[in-house]
Amino acid sequence: MQITNKEYGEIVKLRSPNTKVAVTCTKAFLFGGIICTIGEGFNNLYGFLGADTKTAGTLTAVTLIFIAALLTAFKLYHRMARHGGAGTLVPITGFANAVVSSGIEYKSEGYVMGIGSKMFLIAGPVLVYSVLTSVVYGIILRLTIY
Amino acid sequence: MEYLWAFVVGGLLCVVGQLLIDYTKLTTARILTLFAVLGVILGAVGVYTPLVELAGAGATVPLTGFGYLLAEGVKTAVAEQGLLGALTGGLTAASGGIAAVIIFALLAGVIFKPADRQ
Repeated sequence: MQITNKEYGEIVKLRSPNTKVAVTCTKAFLFGGIICTIGEGFNNLYGFLGADTKTAGTLTAVTLIFIAALLTAFKLYHRMARHGGAGTLVPITGFANAVVSSGIEYKSEGYVMGIGSKMFLIAGPVLVYSVLTSVVYGIILRLTIY
Repeated sequence: MEYLWAFVVGGLLCVVGQLLIDYTKLTTARILTLFAVLGVILGAVGVYTPLVELAGAGATVPLTGFGYLLAEGVKTAVAEQGLLGALTGGLTAASGGIAAVIIFALLAGVIFKPADRQ
């Protein structure tokens, strides 16, 4: 029996019901929730040690980034990500993982055009467009409120 | 209670990301960019601050929190220095995290070898 790609796609769609999405979303919820709860733990720890809210937030981000970098370097983060999906991608740890893993992967191309350049494969667009948006916001603020 | 809110809000933001992965063809880079930009916008219109007050790290740890940090930084800097603040505020507020990512990535890249391709 000959089937076209479109028909094949429809069959695949029929055979992979929404339960799959329910599973991936539940895992994402659990992994993301746990990472954020750990973050809240660090927030409180640094607050307890005397940091104000802003400083504690920065320290927490740096701590999570360090842990994610370590897990990425020892090839453990991608094992977690296989289960966690967006739960391991969306938190700052996922961002750190993207930067660190691109850096390691392109090591063979050298320190300048390899690690130095390729670590921004994913971080680059994130920074470019979020900075753009924030600058536009600043200009609007200046023109309207202040 | 604050830990529960951190868990729930952080988890839900990740579910949004998972739905984007499952139902769209958006790549990792696009999803992360979308979250960061969305964070700036939500911070700018003022809906993200209550979320941060409620959920703490549940709102600041996801990448929308990074965008929120930029928006907050710009807001403070524009109030203090005027138009120049639009350029300096965002990256100043996020500088700790960005420098940490760069340095740790460089160190990891220097020390560790890439995985063998199977």
